[in-house]
Amino acid sequence: MAALTVIWVIARKDLLLEARNRDVIVTVAAFALLVLAVFTLAVDLTPANARAVGPGVLWTGIAFAGVTGLTRAFAAELEHDTLEGLMLAPVSRDLLFLGKALGNFLFMALALAVILPAFAVLFNVVVFRPELIVMSVLAVAGFSAVGTVFAAISAKVRAREVMLPMLFLPVVAPLLMAATEVTAGVTLGRSWRESWEWFGLAAAFDGVFVVVSAVVFQFILED
Amino acid sequence: MVLLGPNGAGKTTLLRILATLTKHDAGSVTVNGFDAAAQGELVRQTTGAVLHSHMLYADLTARENLRFFARLCRISDPERRILEAAERMQVAHRLDDRVRSLSHGLAKRVALARALLHAPRLLLLDEAEAGLDQPALKLLDGVLDEHKRDGRAVVMTTHQVERGLEQADRVVVISHGRVVLDRPRSEVTNGEVTVALGVSGELTA
Repeated sequence: MAALTVIWVIARKDLLLEARNRDVIVTVAAFALLVLAVFTLAVDLTPANARAVGPGVLWTGIAFAGVTGLTRAFAAELEHDTLEGLMLAPVSRDLLFLGKALGNFLFMALALAVILPAFAVLFNVVVFRPELIVMSVLAVAGFSAVGTVFAAISAKVRAREVMLPMLFLPVVAPLLMAATEVTAGVTLGRSWRESWEWFGLAAAFDGVFVVVSAVVFQFILED
Repeated sequence: MVLLGPNGAGKTTLLRILATLTKHDAGSVTVNGFDAAAQGELVRQTTGAVLHSHMLYADLTARENLRFFARLCRISDPERRILEAAERMQVAHRLDDRVRSLSHGLAKRVALARALLHAPRLLLLDEAEAGLDQPALKLLDGVLDEHKRDGRAVVMTTHQVERGLEQADRVVVISHGRVVLDRPRSEVTNGEVTVALGVSGELTA
């Protein structure tokens, strides 16, 4: 229980900061909405192709927006070396990771709550089905775990805005594929059973990468 | 203990190793009886540190910063301890101001308050006097004296040699990552310290 408390304390601190700055959620939501809007202008959307291309556009937008949000989230920890202040606390490094990842998960989930309805309107598709909600949670969890680690790595590098997407996007590609396929299943009216293996892939990805990221994080933090 | 030495000697690196922010390359490090590599959490439970930056969240208030750290330290009565520490450092009147609105000196005092929250056995101070005005320096001296009276340890670095020697029970001079002098204060003269600093390439006195 103490571990869960620590994780929540760290995430809550990030939420409080975000409530003051509105840095991350606004960045993620605005970027993703911009991607969606640009695609609706760039592609001659018909009901048929909207359902086919829409899912790819949605998750591409979320992935790129997520990268931007992660960069902003970690930039806040570099000001006045607060990340090192966090490391001075009597808390294990893996709990630090889980707290930061939970905060990033909540930011992206809140942003997604804005992005999904906008996607439904712009692409004129139905999205609010349980399987899409479940896949969205799995996808955002995976993005947050991997993104927290790579944001910590790239935070110490000068070209962090370039480094983070270069590290992050290839690794989360399986998750992007799974999310896109499940979303396509929803927009094309397929049964969720036809997307079962994609849920398995996303769950396995999350299981592996949450553990690996927690282990790797401590080595990234220490000089 | 006061750590003296020229820029780049390794003073800050040593403090960071003791604070478990940096891993040592070789050998072993034991802090308060705990292995720094294997028992980092226990080291941090018994150690407080104030390094170059104040390490406070600028958009949180001083109270919120202290409360956050108190919760991570699992302090049972955080609000009372926060008030005590803030009053000790004479920043209680600014507890509900955002750190961004505090001067560097006041932020440093809040950082000191944070380092004292969990009553650490060892206090690590890296040029803690930097940016502090005279009243704050007196407060800092008071904290150091209290710490010593309670049988707790302080390891501090400073470029103000005379001030450091006034406070120290033990004097260590470091140069190029090596100890060139390590003696009780009572057994070393100011001249010997100056020579040790001079031997290492830079007079700071």
